Amino acid sequence: MAGTQGWQKWKWVLFFLLPSAAGLAVFVIYPIFSSLWYALHRWNLLTPPVYVGLANFGELMGDADFWNAVRYTLLMIALYLPAVFGLGLVLALYLNQQFRGKILARTVSFLPVVASWVVVSIIWKWLFNPAYGLINWGLGLAGIAGPAWLYEPTTAAIAIVLTSIWKDVGYIALLFLGGLQGISTTYYEAARIDGAGRGRIVRSITLPLLTPTMFFVLITLLINYFQMFEQVWLMPMPDSAADRQVEVIVTEVVQNAFSYGRMGYASAMSWALFLIIFVITFIQLRLQDRWVYYEAE
Amino acid sequence: MQAVINYAILALLIITMIAPFLWMVSTSLKSQEYILTATPQFIPRPLTFESYAALAQRMAVGRIFFNSVFVAIAGSIGQILIAAMAAYAFSRIQWRGRDAVFLLYLATMMIPAVVLVLPQFALIRRLGWVNTYQALIVPGLVSAFGTFLLRQSFLALPVDYEEAAFVEGANYFTVFRRIILPLSRPALATLAIFSFMGLWNSYLWPLFVARKETVMTLPVALAALQSGPRALTEWNVVMAGAVITVLPILVVYLFAQRWFVQGVVTSGIKG
Repeated sequence: MAGTQGWQKWKWVLFFLLPSAAGLAVFVIYPIFSSLWYALHRWNLLTPPVYVGLANFGELMGDADFWNAVRYTLLMIALYLPAVFGLGLVLALYLNQQFRGKILARTVSFLPVVASWVVVSIIWKWLFNPAYGLINWGLGLAGIAGPAWLYEPTTAAIAIVLTSIWKDVGYIALLFLGGLQGISTTYYEAARIDGAGRGRIVRSITLPLLTPTMFFVLITLLINYFQMFEQVWLMPMPDSAADRQVEVIVTEVVQNAFSYGRMGYASAMSWALFLIIFVITFIQLRLQDRWVYYEAE
Repeated sequence: MQAVINYAILALLIITMIAPFLWMVSTSLKSQEYILTATPQFIPRPLTFESYAALAQRMAVGRIFFNSVFVAIAGSIGQILIAAMAAYAFSRIQWRGRDAVFLLYLATMMIPAVVLVLPQFALIRRLGWVNTYQALIVPGLVSAFGTFLLRQSFLALPVDYEEAAFVEGANYFTVFRRIILPLSRPALATLAIFSFMGLWNSYLWPLFVARKETVMTLPVALAALQSGPRALTEWNVVMAGAVITVLPILVVYLFAQRWFVQGVVTSGIKG
């Protein structure tokens, strides 16, 4: 490439990288190391930190609250993942057709994605209100007595999952849509010449060629949902059984750091979360050969 | 037949996606006695703005709104500028070790936000920045995602203009400012939208560092409002707060939809 050579060029490289490198060093790299250091200490932000070795991690193993949070995280993922994946895929196949109103359909599907989690949590908290919420009113019309939703742990977890599906399905559909539009039309033409029907085309062409996108979606979904926070922090009704029991890892971290002033312990817990995400992503990368189909270049 | 099914799905989609927002608006326009009713009243009658007035009495709405706008705009400009400079060095200048350094930038995206939040908070405290604008803006200025997005776009540009400029004696900065940035407007617009949305909607970090009304942003104020003692009954006031928080971002989205869609699709395919 043309341009300045030698030492001059390095000065330019430094010039362009300096702001970002400085920012990363101070606000990302340094925090990573200090967080590891906190994890080995007992520290409440006010008095000097006390070195405790791996005691924080040991305590984590026996902490019922932590395992409760892990259990609820896994439970909600088990409900959320298949639903949002399936609905997102169906919505993408729908949006990938030619019909009038398609742009409108895409626009409205994406509205909840751009709204903040705080707003979405609050809107749905009102909808799930047992006495005056629209959802129990609708169930009442159908002759069903609606549950206490955000007051009870199990129904609160379900309500949180339903809200998450509503918020994320448009995003997932759009990711799938990107993948669908990357599939060359020559495959479809060839299949049609061979007399394949619609269902057959979806099963034998669309879905296999979409597996790389599915793989990406799966990884993104798991990384994001393990870090869910706002909806669990805000939706359960104050002082209810749901409020006491429905916790996820991030809410536990924030509570330990904020309410109990346990910075070291909270840091250890945040690294446990990192480890979980890392292992799950690693396993997925290892398993991708089994089902992801990459076209030969 | 297919058309009928498509329109049925469209109707269903519109109802599920929009109805909750409409219910929010409707609730915010009712007076207190029409909120807690056994049969919901869909169209507010009488229609009143008293919940907005009540909200304005409860908190400094104007100030908080300004804080959100200021932080989102200043933060986005900073993010874009820094990411564009880095992306330029990673795409249009050849130097040894470039790919390794770029990979290091990308690797930082793997660290969950919650790992960084605690030490960042401790750092902000030590700097004496708690309850300041810089606490809200500075730690998030470097966006590895933004660098990645812009690098993709810079790499796709042809070298012809650049070479002509270098022959005429331009330096790297002139080329960056006069050629690369103007040619990359779509990618810059995409990043601008994503940065703005991220900052506008951000909750976890502002919850840690900006709890005074002078610097508080809308999501934190709204969350505080809905967990307050009167929130259980005064849903109209809470919904008024929600409307003010969500309306600007929905308007931005409706006008800039193209860049949103583009951003999701690009990050998806390349991610």
